[in-house]
Amino acid sequence: MDIRSQVSMVFHLDKCIGCHTCSIACKNVWTDRKGAEYMWWNNVETKPGTGYPTKWEDQEIYKGGWEKNGNSVSLKGAGKLRGLKNIFHNPHLPVLDDYYEPWTYKYEDLFTAPEGDDQPTARPVSLVTGEHMDVKAGPNWDDDLGGSPDYARKDVNFKDLSASEQEVMFQLERMTFFYLPRICNHCLNPACVASCPSGAIYKRGEDGVVLINQQVCRAWRMCVTACPYKKSYYNWHTGKSEKCILCYPRLESGQAPACMHQCVGRIRYLGVMLYDADKIQEAASVNEDELVDAQLGIYLDPFDPEVIKEARKNGIADSTIEAAQKSPVYKFVKEWKIALPLHPEFRTLPNLFYVPALMPGMATVKDGVYEESNTQFLWGGINNDRLPIKYLANLFTAGNTDKIVEVLKRLMAVRWHRRQTTVGDVEQGIVDMAMGEVKMAADTADAIFRLTSLATFDERFVIPPAHREESIEMLESTADVKGSTGFGFKETPKRGW
Amino acid sequence: MDYLLFVVFPYSCLVIFLIGSIYRYKNRPFTVSSLSSQFLEGKKLFLASQLFHWGLFVLFFGHLIAFLFPASVIIWSEKPVRLLILETTAFVFGLSAFFGLVLLIYRRLTDRRVQMVTNKMDFVVFIVLLVQIISGLLVAYTSRWGSAWFSTFLTPYLRSIFIFDPQIDAISSVTSLSLKIHVVSAFAIIGIIPFTRFMHFLVYPIDYAWRSYQQVMWNWNRKGIRTSKAHRVGPKSKNN
Ligand code: SF4
Ligand code: SF4
Repeated sequence: MDIRSQVSMVFHLDKCIGCHTCSIACKNVWTDRKGAEYMWWNNVETKPGTGYPTKWEDQEIYKGGWEKNGNSVSLKGAGKLRGLKNIFHNPHLPVLDDYYEPWTYKYEDLFTAPEGDDQPTARPVSLVTGEHMDVKAGPNWDDDLGGSPDYARKDVNFKDLSASEQEVMFQLERMTFFYLPRICNHCLNPACVASCPSGAIYKRGEDGVVLINQQVCRAWRMCVTACPYKKSYYNWHTGKSEKCILCYPRLESGQAPACMHQCVGRIRYLGVMLYDADKIQEAASVNEDELVDAQLGIYLDPFDPEVIKEARKNGIADSTIEAAQKSPVYKFVKEWKIALPLHPEFRTLPNLFYVPALMPGMATVKDGVYEESNTQFLWGGINNDRLPIKYLANLFTAGNTDKIVEVLKRLMAVRWHRRQTTVGDVEQGIVDMAMGEVKMAADTADAIFRLTSLATFDERFVIPPAHREESIEMLESTADVKGSTGFGFKETPKRGW
Repeated sequence: MDYLLFVVFPYSCLVIFLIGSIYRYKNRPFTVSSLSSQFLEGKKLFLASQLFHWGLFVLFFGHLIAFLFPASVIIWSEKPVRLLILETTAFVFGLSAFFGLVLLIYRRLTDRRVQMVTNKMDFVVFIVLLVQIISGLLVAYTSRWGSAWFSTFLTPYLRSIFIFDPQIDAISSVTSLSLKIHVVSAFAIIGIIPFTRFMHFLVYPIDYAWRSYQQVMWNWNRKGIRTSKAHRVGPKSKNN
């Protein structure tokens, strides 16, 4: 056993209101710079939809992630041979137009326009060339267009749904959507790290944050291709790739990442997971329908004395182990089994888990009347979900429908139980039946409800102390830089050659 | 004049190259790469970049082998057929590099987005490369069968440069102007490496071939942290 700790996350999709506050928080802190305008380390997509960059999930186009190769995995579009061969031209690299051309407005024209019959306007200008442009796409161009032909219907996750199934789902009365906020998953088997020819990308041992060393990056752009989530971005101005850093400077000082701190819906949770690094390759190489279980099997029980002993032997601090025991992520993912990784079939073992949205898919309208799942129909809502189960399975369980139904049933059971507790209009027998089928105790359901709805800041974010006193990146001598420009990267990110 | 061109200039270039690249690598690592513009324009780049780079790649190693093991090339070229094959191949790759470069220049001059990441040194690069490739093609065409005569004129000169005993008799006796230009501009290219995007070929990531795919780095001393009993728990930051 080689136990390591990983800062992991849970996003509760039922709670996301699609406000994009998270994206703005991140943009303001990290990517409001030349060359980075088009980057959204945090972005929120409407599902069904094509996302950002357009159709990022379609690995036939972008060749990201890993593919199973016998008992092991190999990179789909990068790797040693391909990387070195394609170094002069990266064949599957997304280009600016696959994202969108960033723009601003000529606000000054509003003041300086000569007097005339028309209102002065602020025309959009490109942030790349500075010229006037017609805006044709943006980072959330398909926002709320859950039924549109151009976006929703081109969602890659419909690939194995028959035409008639798709038709049903796009009937006007049945159309629905939910939001999918995404950041870098700080994967256990990161494709970006593996694809980088210069070795500039690395995973931090202490907390598992994946970072790109800007001094070592040589602009080969292989990580942009290799990351199946398209969460590594190329800065065209500095000629370096950049990605979400999980706000590590904030984490190190005990603060939650900006996007999580700002989240209006309070959908985000962050905590430590202990895992067995020896099992990574094995878990990444199993058959598709076993992927979720294999990945969840890597994470270890932080209360198990054996695990604690091994973790200590591996240099994991007691404070980190303690944080792992309090981790909300551990509860959602392992104890309660209601959170799933996004696209496990990419085989990077992502560390961001999603509690799938029960609503709005569950509620239906028949003949203009709102219908809820009724008593004879225990799981009726799930079976009639306006989002086909296959679709959700393609998103969260690599196509394994049993797995996603299991999670939805558990979420539903919590609802039955809480409804009985707070409103009391459900027969106890129904509740018992629901709880019995998913084998959930009443106090578990209450705990799920509590952490979902009432959790305080400190319950949502259990950040392990960074031990700045023992680290390097986290520990340049403060005395040395007193009165100087500050820590870390001090060069102007300007390129002239 | 010849002394200036073939002794002073080459040595200056080599010194600038050595000091400059080491300085840039050590102190300005952020700038060590080619400022890729594929992200802004990928389609036209494909053909141009592939033609150019593979052309140069083969020519570079061809030249290198010829200078390091002249005997092997001489022996190979004893038979006219083989000489012809070698020279034609080299010429084809030369043409490939040439057309690639022309396309690259065209792309950089005409694409609005790529212009935004273009700087003065890129034009210097274009000019020396053009001079180098055209003069090379001319040499190959006019002073034919270079792989037969290079050991008489070039090898002694180049060897003398690299063993710090410069002898320019051999190169001075050459009448071909394009050959002289080819040699001088080759040194010029070496000299401007630290100031241009040429820097990127020094960091061709060959070690990727043998490193392990995943990389984990530890900032903590993994064993030491366990003994940090003295770790002070300070006041918790106020988040909410
Ligand atoms: S999501 Fe992409 S960029 Fe982030 S760690 Fe995984 S492979 Fe790398
Ligand atoms: S801030 Fe929270 S609720 Fe708003 S879009 Fe982002 S994740 Fe969703």
